[in-house]
Amino acid sequence: MPGNYIPILVFLVLAFAFPVVALSLAALVRPSAQSGERLTPYECGIQPVSDSRGRYTVRFYIIAMLFVIFDVETVFLYPWAVQYKALKVFGLVEMLVFLAILLVGYVWLYKKGALEWV
Amino acid sequence: MFNEFFSRQDLLLIKPAVLLALFGCGILLTDLLHERRHKYLNAVTALLGLGFTGVQLALIQRAMSAAGYSEVSGFSGGLVVDGFALYFTWIFLIATAIAILFSVRYLEVENEHHGEYYALMLFSLVGMYFLATAMDLITLFIGLETMALSVYVLAGFLRGDRRSNEAAMKYFLLGAFSSGILAYGFSLLYGLTGSTNLRAVADALVARPSGDPVVYLALITTATGLLFKVAAVPFHQWAPDAYEGAPTSITGFMSTAPKAAAFAFLLRVFLVPLAPLRPAWEGLLVVVCVLTMVVGNLAAISQNNTKRLFAYSSISHVGYMLLGLVAGNETGLKGIAVYLLVYVFMNLGIFTVLVALRRKDIIGDEIEDLSGLFFKNPVSAVFMLIFLLSLAGIPPTAGFLGKYFIFLSLIETRHYVLAVIAVVFVVVALYYYFRLVVMMFMREATDPERLNISPGVAVALAITLAMTLVIGIYPEPFIRLAAGSVLVPFR
Repeated sequence: MPGNYIPILVFLVLAFAFPVVALSLAALVRPSAQSGERLTPYECGIQPVSDSRGRYTVRFYIIAMLFVIFDVETVFLYPWAVQYKALKVFGLVEMLVFLAILLVGYVWLYKKGALEWV
Repeated sequence: MFNEFFSRQDLLLIKPAVLLALFGCGILLTDLLHERRHKYLNAVTALLGLGFTGVQLALIQRAMSAAGYSEVSGFSGGLVVDGFALYFTWIFLIATAIAILFSVRYLEVENEHHGEYYALMLFSLVGMYFLATAMDLITLFIGLETMALSVYVLAGFLRGDRRSNEAAMKYFLLGAFSSGILAYGFSLLYGLTGSTNLRAVADALVARPSGDPVVYLALITTATGLLFKVAAVPFHQWAPDAYEGAPTSITGFMSTAPKAAAFAFLLRVFLVPLAPLRPAWEGLLVVVCVLTMVVGNLAAISQNNTKRLFAYSSISHVGYMLLGLVAGNETGLKGIAVYLLVYVFMNLGIFTVLVALRRKDIIGDEIEDLSGLFFKNPVSAVFMLIFLLSLAGIPPTAGFLGKYFIFLSLIETRHYVLAVIAVVFVVVALYYYFRLVVMMFMREATDPERLNISPGVAVALAITLAMTLVIGIYPEPFIRLAAGSVLVPFR
């Protein structure tokens, strides 16, 4: 049985060896020039002016979460639509249960004002 | 019309979970109608939901005993309701009910009284129900995540509080990481055996030749994930941080119901699919047990924050409970069941007092906040003393009974060294529990503010104290209950 794992072992060795070999080869070949210019994030182009970890409005998160909710809904609706005939009434009832739960979340979101943009 | 997919009996078995989910969704909607000062009605709805679920559970139990079944399985063996599942579900329901009782006033003081709090508690209960009943790796995993995700949110429920946010974030990241390791272990188990059903996994593992390295890899990753969820050393680091930052009422909840659920999960996985590997995991578990008792008890000595102290104390209790699994005989498994039941009552009792210490401008989670409690409110100080004695395991309190069965099982299975270590650390535990007693009885009160005893807190205190004493003095019916919950290890 252990014979089956040999490819995995080979793969593992390769995965470790590749960066080591590549980096050490590059270190041999490349010219070494360390100047102040090289340490800036962009060697050419515009100088960075501020930190990229700034604050931005929380609405982006809400949009992202709304997207996830409705996206997941469609992800589940598609396979059901494809298999509609095989699942018959059972599938319909299951889907209605799922949509009812989702509807609760939707009503809750709406009433909490998560959908009021301005 | 559904006969070809599942039967009426299947629906009956998940009815408790369905009821809890319905009440959870209902609270989300009715919360929108309540005015600010009527938010306590959400707690009433949640308790009502727990009541209905309890009745449903009792009906299932009665139907089973009337028909003479010791277990009923449904969804093609993916779910099983047996004595084990019923016993643990009762523990979850009781622990959640007590946590709801003491939450109401606390949330009002924190000015964060929202219906979502109770809804999330019920949703996490749905997950716990499936952790206790599931016989399928995937159902177990979904149950675990349903529980854990709700508790992550609850840990960060005080949105304006930095510590609460930090606790939720840490808990979430480490919890997600450990779930990942667990999922890896489950996938290996599935890959090795070709089935997600726990019994089929066990059958296939028996058939495999011993000494296969992949089997050990699957065992180690699964065990790591499980031990992480119960906060056993060396996978305990999340617990003190999460317990300290979470709202006090949630710390009380987290250290009881989800902990019992994680234990149900651990026992089910170790005793069914991993049972054939017992020789491999027994030594591992011994090391974890000893480490958990040593680190939990020694680290608790130096804590100045009460919630952190009880986090380490709960870690050390996990060490004692796991000893029952090391012994692995009927006494040991019965001991774990009794210990968990007792632990739920005494720990919730402690946290009821801590919740009452949260008053205007006083957070009440430093040890100093307990000083002079006896002179301010003698009743709650004496209650606290009894709970602390019980945690330390002094007869005639209930805590003694839990430790008694664990130690007995160790002696029955000739683990004398482990038994000696466990007893030595009971003495260490006495030291740090009595630091709190010294504070309460022998120091002057530092703040004049009175305790915040609401009707809910009073009821919670009465229930927890009564049970701590009753189980200690008249343990016979509870031992019988626990004996009915023992899971027969797969052979």
